Amino acid sequence: MAREKSPKIALVDYGAGNLRSVAKALERSNLTPVVTSDPSVVHSADGVLLPGVGAFRDAAQALEAAGLSNAIRDVTTNGRPYLGICFGLQLLFDEGTEHGITPGLGQLAGRVTRFPDKDENGDPLLVPHIGWNEVVYEGDHPMIQALPERDIYYFVHSYRPEPTDESIIAGCANYGGSFAAAVAKDNVFAIQFHPEKSQAAGKRLLDAYRVWLQES
Amino acid sequence: MTLLKRIIPCLDVNKGRVVKGVKYVDHVDAGDPVEVAKRYDAQEADEITFLDITASHEGRGILLDIVGRTAESVFMPLCVGGGVSSLQDIRDLLNAGADKVSIMTAAIKNPDLIDEAAAKIGSANLVVAIDAKQVSEPGESPRWNVFTHGGRNETGIDAVDWAAQVAERGAGEILLTSMDRDGTKSGYDLSMLRAVADRISIPVIASGGGGSAADLATALEDGPEGGHCQAALAASIFHFKETTVGDVKLELLAAGIPVRPPTNET
Repeated sequence: MAREKSPKIALVDYGAGNLRSVAKALERSNLTPVVTSDPSVVHSADGVLLPGVGAFRDAAQALEAAGLSNAIRDVTTNGRPYLGICFGLQLLFDEGTEHGITPGLGQLAGRVTRFPDKDENGDPLLVPHIGWNEVVYEGDHPMIQALPERDIYYFVHSYRPEPTDESIIAGCANYGGSFAAAVAKDNVFAIQFHPEKSQAAGKRLLDAYRVWLQES
Repeated sequence: MTLLKRIIPCLDVNKGRVVKGVKYVDHVDAGDPVEVAKRYDAQEADEITFLDITASHEGRGILLDIVGRTAESVFMPLCVGGGVSSLQDIRDLLNAGADKVSIMTAAIKNPDLIDEAAAKIGSANLVVAIDAKQVSEPGESPRWNVFTHGGRNETGIDAVDWAAQVAERGAGEILLTSMDRDGTKSGYDLSMLRAVADRISIPVIASGGGGSAADLATALEDGPEGGHCQAALAASIFHFKETTVGDVKLELLAAGIPVRPPTNET
């Protein structure tokens, strides 16, 4: 891919809220967002970004109702570089426990569970986890090669993934104990925090995504 | 590292302009909201909050437009409140580009709105704002009641009990304003902040009275004299360029409060 070309990103619209912030952040990193709910566009884009806000059950149902669950399964199984943000990470797992058990896409083994009420010392833990927290990266995924070893990002969530296979954990943050803030497996990179809300650190992450796309 | 404490400039918006009053009166123009928001983004504020004080029908359209233009111009979290009366209002603001929506009077009139909104949009995006005034007599142990309509209407509801109830119903955060202190720059009402923060297990944003970095530090401190809050909201000290978010953060770091250090990257 030519270096000067701005890669097209399928910004998956499944009715789970406003995509404008994510689209603007992609443009800031010289990526071209294509807001779409069309599986064929998802399949043909240079990269796929699944954002998400709300509640796990509503997000999972909205994705299924939009006819996009299989497209996301296909892309994350064997497709172009996929970036998942918040629910775009959580929905990849087997199931979520928010408002009862809801199946996820089953692409990654594990569950998405609520933070505990107490931290590792037995002190009360405030939930949701809202604000800026540091992520420390580990492993050799291409995204991580292009990122600083640690950076500070904005989080807003009550639930977080518990991967069965800890080798997919690509970055950890600490809130009442260490948790998986980023996971990576082949062409999938997914994060619990919001790069579109994380000022310069968020731009670094989306710049790294562009580099990964150009090298894939 | 763990979760950092947040500094949140608050923009009171009236008819499309940022205004700032003392105890909710005597408003002074403080600029165009989108431009002010961009300035705070450049200063690396941790979030910004818009509170719409127009709360009229035509004001609503103006607010949604401002929220949309702000969301396209800044890369930081945006919380919006003021006159939010229904689930549809919440959805409209989120669709316009707000990350979190704050409700107040509507929650008092219909507490079930909190449960409903938490179920639909998730607790993490739902803030309940509480305006409170001290109502205890001197010598009595302190008590605060919830007020609405800019302090004109007393609800008779105890602020600490109300905070516990809204947390129980699924609010993700509480924005707690001392009406006695608002706009006075005389310091936050620390005993009220502590009373609420110690009672509930969701984050509390301190508001009303922040006049200096030292005031913000005290509101965020976890010690016996601190406010035990996770975030501090301030308006006057930032709007009139008395100081910057970055300078306040340097003072907070020097005082031992864990905040995101300024990087001057944006």
